[in-house]
Amino acid sequence: MEWQAPAIVLETRLYGEHDIIAAVFTEEHGLHRGLARGGAGRAGAALWQAGNLVTARWVGRLADQLGHLSAELVHPAAALVLEDALALAMLRALTATAAGALAERQAHARLFAPMLSFIAALTGEEESRPALLADYVRLEAALLGELGYGLALDACALTGARTGLAFVSPRSGRAVTADAAGQWAGRLLRLPGFLAGGNAMPGPADWRDGLALTGHFLARDAFGHHHRPLPAARIALFDRVAALAGDATQAPRPATEPSESP
Amino acid sequence: MGGPEIERLIALLARLPGLGPRSARRAALKMLGEPHRHMLPLAAALTEAARAVRPCRRCCNLDSADPCTICADPARDQGLICVVESVADLWALERAAVHRGTYHVLGGVLSALGGVGPEDLSLPALQARIAEGGVQEVILALSATVDGASTAHYLADRLQGSGVALTRLAQGVPMGGALEVLDDGTLAAALRARRPA
Repeated sequence: MEWQAPAIVLETRLYGEHDIIAAVFTEEHGLHRGLARGGAGRAGAALWQAGNLVTARWVGRLADQLGHLSAELVHPAAALVLEDALALAMLRALTATAAGALAERQAHARLFAPMLSFIAALTGEEESRPALLADYVRLEAALLGELGYGLALDACALTGARTGLAFVSPRSGRAVTADAAGQWAGRLLRLPGFLAGGNAMPGPADWRDGLALTGHFLARDAFGHHHRPLPAARIALFDRVAALAGDATQAPRPATEPSESP
Repeated sequence: MGGPEIERLIALLARLPGLGPRSARRAALKMLGEPHRHMLPLAAALTEAARAVRPCRRCCNLDSADPCTICADPARDQGLICVVESVADLWALERAAVHRGTYHVLGGVLSALGGVGPEDLSLPALQARIAEGGVQEVILALSATVDGASTAHYLADRLQGSGVALTRLAQGVPMGGALEVLDDGTLAAALRARRPA
């Protein structure tokens, strides 16, 4: 058995002294792990960094074996964002979240192209990187949709209104207008304008609210169902953005337990 | 093969980094061939090292003295701290003899997969050293990997406002490195860090 495809390196785990077990994400084969000989050695370490875009080749005697992975570097995304704390935090969070949430060897073709585009944009102009946080949140919402936990953010769950959407129920994942939320507003998740179809330029508070929103459902559904916490890299990204929003101490972290809601 | 003692010796040697069962058997045979020349001095050295060597309570370097010989050296610049991931990195910098300040061994880098969180690093000891005063610069000499860079950013955030200058190692073309054989990431980093000729 053998395949070769463009891939994103999602995570690597040391195996022995010089080898690693690498997880790559491809369009056709989804999340795929394999043993990469020399992946932790001098030559392989630069290649097998999370976030790098590679041409991966997997070989196994049988389809259900771990098999061997080898790769050629296509785009050194990790090296290009090492100096930028926010971009690096986004790259780490994206790869760790995808590696933890996606099922192995199941194609998620609709997720591959957006992830590829996001990583390419992340390694572009440094000035435009913070604005990519909105795209990051959209990517997580798309990930939730791919996993079957899609959010319904186009209309109010109570009134059917398509405008004035301001909150999301932490139970159902459905949007609610500010009027309909009423006294329950404090117990709902804030819906940033850029997720509700608004045209206003999002700022740090919107990014923080977006991360809290998708983080809640990732923690409860994608990770919680497997009895695992959100990846530390994802929590670190939220903390960094919350600090950008200027309220690191008060910011609601993505909850790991569902909270009460109407 | 030759009794349980030999099997145990080979099994213990094979656990060491760089040694597999085959090389462990070779090492065991060499030692057993001349026990007075190789084995007994090695056993004595192992026992002595296990007894005497401890992490320095100041910088976490391994030494038989506490504070370690580097921390206690009056010729060292105590205002310059080079933060490294492991004692192996400290030894590498000492071999190069390019750093005349002191060190701080973090004990790893942040790694979600490796289960290393901020609480596993010797950060409180570093902060205590800075709080004592007299430190002018902290050099973050961590590996140029995603985990190493994330740790450096984390340390920079934590040490911000401490009043010390924070610097990082440069990245780029290594000595003797031909451009055509360099990986794309190193080339990109070198180009971004270019300076006036």
